[in-house]
Parts: sequence; C-alpha cells; structure tokens
Amino acid sequence: MMDKIKNNTLAIQLINLKKSFDANKYVLKGINLEIPKGSLTAIIGFSGTGKSVLLKHMLGLYQPTSGQVKILGTDLSTLNDNELTKFRCRYGVLFQSSALFDDMTVLENVCFPLEEHRRELSKEEVVAIAEKKLMMVGLDPEHYSKLPSQISGGMQKRTGLARALALDPEILIYDEPTTGLDPILTEMIDNLILETHKLGGGTTSIMVSHDLSAAFRIADHIVMLDAGNVLLSGTADDFFKSDIELVKRFVNKGIKH
Amino acid sequence: MKAISNLLNKIQKSIFSVGEVVVFAWRSLVLIFQPPYRFTEIMRHMEFVGNQSVGIITLTSIFTGLALSFQIYLGFKLVNATNLVGPIVAMGITRELGPVLTGLIVAARAGGAMAARLGTMRVNEQIDALDVMGVNTKQYLVAPRIVAAAICMPLLTALFDFMAMFGSWILCIKIVGLDQAIFFEKIRQTVEVYHINEGLFKAFIFGIIFSVICTYRGFNTTGGAKGVGEATNKGVVNSMVGIIILDYFLMNLIRIFYLMTGIGS
Repeated sequence: MMDKIKNNTLAIQLINLKKSFDANKYVLKGINLEIPKGSLTAIIGFSGTGKSVLLKHMLGLYQPTSGQVKILGTDLSTLNDNELTKFRCRYGVLFQSSALFDDMTVLENVCFPLEEHRRELSKEEVVAIAEKKLMMVGLDPEHYSKLPSQISGGMQKRTGLARALALDPEILIYDEPTTGLDPILTEMIDNLILETHKLGGGTTSIMVSHDLSAAFRIADHIVMLDAGNVLLSGTADDFFKSDIELVKRFVNKGIKH
Repeated sequence: MKAISNLLNKIQKSIFSVGEVVVFAWRSLVLIFQPPYRFTEIMRHMEFVGNQSVGIITLTSIFTGLALSFQIYLGFKLVNATNLVGPIVAMGITRELGPVLTGLIVAARAGGAMAARLGTMRVNEQIDALDVMGVNTKQYLVAPRIVAAAICMPLLTALFDFMAMFGSWILCIKIVGLDQAIFFEKIRQTVEVYHINEGLFKAFIFGIIFSVICTYRGFNTTGGAKGVGEATNKGVVNSMVGIIILDYFLMNLIRIFYLMTGIGS
C-alpha cells in the first residue's frame, strides 16, 4: 500500500472527473480541481449542482465514471477496499446531520475513532484525548455523559467536530455544517471552523456550503459549481470581480442574506 | 410475448437480487476472521437476538405445544391411539415446528429490528460516518449480527422444543389425563438424537437466512423514514417467506443425507 500513497503539495486533485448514475445523464461533467494543502476551501453552488456527489468522490464513497481522484497524492482508484478503509483515517468529516451514534454518549462518540484506530492507547489516554478535543470545540464537561438526543443542535455539531478531529486528520471536511441552524449558531459554527483550521497546523479544510457570506468570510479559496462543472475557482476577490452572470447573481443573493 | 418478456425480466432480477445478497453475506462473513475481531459486538447482538427473545419463545412454544397436542389428541382419539400423541408432537416439534416457528418469531422480532436499525443508521449518515472514519461497516455492523443470529437460533430452538413439550405434557397428562409413564416411554422410543439435531441444524440455517436478508435490506436503505419502513417490511417478509420455502428443500436435503449415510435406517 505504501508505494501507492505518495506525498504531494496538493491535498486534493480532481482530474476530468465525470460521474453518471444512468448512462445518459452526467451529474459531474469533467471537473478539474486542485486544492492545496493547508488551505480552507469552500465549495459553493445552487442545490443540485453536484456538490454532495463531488464530496462523496473525495471521500472515496463513490467511484468515478471516468477521471481521477487524487487525495494527498494517492489515486483512490488504485486502492482496494481494505486500503481505502485505512486511508480514510486521514480524513475527518463533520456531517450535515452531525451523524452522531445515537446509542453512545457524547464522550463515547469522540472516543470511538480513537478506540478503533489507536489501539495502543489505554482507556484513560483515549478519554483524555477525547476530552481535550471536546474542550477544543467548547463543549462543557457536564454534557459529556449525555446522549446526542439530549443535547442541542449546536452541541451536536460541536461533538461531531470533536469526533472529526479525534484522529488529527490531514483533511477536514464540513458537509453543509450550518444548514438548518439559526443565524447566531451559524456564526458560532463558522467561527469554530475558522479557529479549528487555524489551530489545525496545516490541516486542509474543505467546506461544502450554501452559505455564501460564511464562505467569503472564512475561506481562502472558493470553488463554485454549476450543473456539474466548475464555474469559477479563486479567492473572494475573484468572485466579487467576476463578470460571469450566474456568479454575480449568486454573490448578490449571498451578500443580501 | 410481452407478458413472457416481463416474467423473464422479473426472474432475471430475482436471480440478480439473490446473487447480490449472497455476495453481501460472503463479503461480510469473511471479515469476521480478520482483525480487528468483533467479539464484543457479537456478544452484544447475541444478548439482543438470544436473551431478549427468551420470553416470547417460552410463551409461544408452551401454547404451540398445548394447541398441537390437543388437535392431535382429538384426531387420535377417534382411532384409539392417544398413546401416540406425545411422540407425534415431539417429532413434529423437534423436526419442523420448532425451527420454523422460532425462525419466524425471531425474524419478526430481531430481524425487523436489525433492518430498522441499519436503515436508520444509513439515512442518518451514521454508516457514512463509520465509512469515512476508516471503520469497515460490513465487519462492524453486519457480520456480528449474522454470527449472533446463527449462534442463537439453535439455542432458542432447543428452548422452543423443550417448552413446547412441556405444553404438550400439561395438555396430555394434566388436562386430558393420559398416562405419564406411557407418554414419556413412547417419546423415548420414537425420538432420536438426530431428529433433534435436524431441527437445530435447520435453525442455524434460518438464523443465517433472516439475518442476512434483514441486514442487507437495512444496509441498503434509501429514501429517509419511508425507506426505513420499506426496508424493515421487506426484510421481515422476505425472511419469513425464505424460511418457509427453504424448510421444504432442507427437509429433502436432510432426507437424502440420511439415505446416503444410513442414519435412521
């Protein structure tokens, strides 16, 4: 496996990535994208433009119809199931729904990836790391023994983030982290993402979002998708200066919000 | 012609579906022998499939024994052969009704719960979360459930057999007043160990069948809460139909095995 996993300055490289679920209709129509290591990238776009499908390719959950997905220099298509499973330890993902295990407490949720992959650690060490991660995301110890159903949506997001951070991932992915949250909680989560990125020490962060103002505020690289293609990729300034009609409309709407 | 073509398509789809389920089961089960070993998960699911089914199996088996014995008693009374009620009930329970009814009851209780649990985990992205956490989801979620069902089903069937015979004893001895010594002696003369083993073997196969079908349905759930409901429904219905159909073929296979090996001759 080691010879397949190479070092590279790019965290993610998508080469002419195409995906179709039925023979005639392509959801992704040849995406070329490079995300440098250590960047905070926002992937934005209208609903149904292929953001989630793109994300699932990055995570190795979908196989491309054609093209390549290279993560940290490794072409995912060259890995077998077991290798891919091990490779995924290098990711941390905060899901839209938080995806916490509902039969485990907050602390157990964060301990889980450590128990799975850091078997050399003692129970006390695992708990100590998990508590450190929970403190990092600002969750009070009084909530550690609660089940996910007993805490608020914001706390669930924090727990999900602590769990994503548990293994010190090289790539941290946020799948629509603020969808369905109120504006105050949204800002709090956005700030948390920014702080986590700064504290991450070279972690590459990728945020898939509808929230344009957050993307412009915290991301240093923004990618806009439209109908399965990359419409524009660049900094917030590039978006503000763009002459593309769809980008202008999207930016104006986003700023108004 | 169109009707034939549709029928052929349906048959083809069914064969592909069975193939998919077999591949799913195989890929899950081989992972049991690879580290990390999931003993804790197996024990946890055995507690759920086995321990938590003891009450319902005990209750239903006693009443099955009572009802079956009474019907057979009424029939045999006409030909003055009531001494044979015990052995006939014992043969029927150990070889057929024990494994089949246990299979149906446990498929409905534990199989339905398996499909619903995995389906909910799928639609809530918990399975995706495990995947991206580098956890082999088939090894962690599917294989322990199948192993637990395969181990617990023969044990539950043994309990069913015992309690159904207890029900039969109540009916024959305490209610209709047959002779207890003859009741036990006739059973001892008729029922052999291989009859009991036959039922336990069937139960083992039924355990694999319902757990594979239900975990497959749950694991591949799509479409939110409605999808979870459909997965649970299909899982339970397919398991029950599968158990009843398979019982007939297993019975014939076992008979061929007996003929080849000379058991029971």
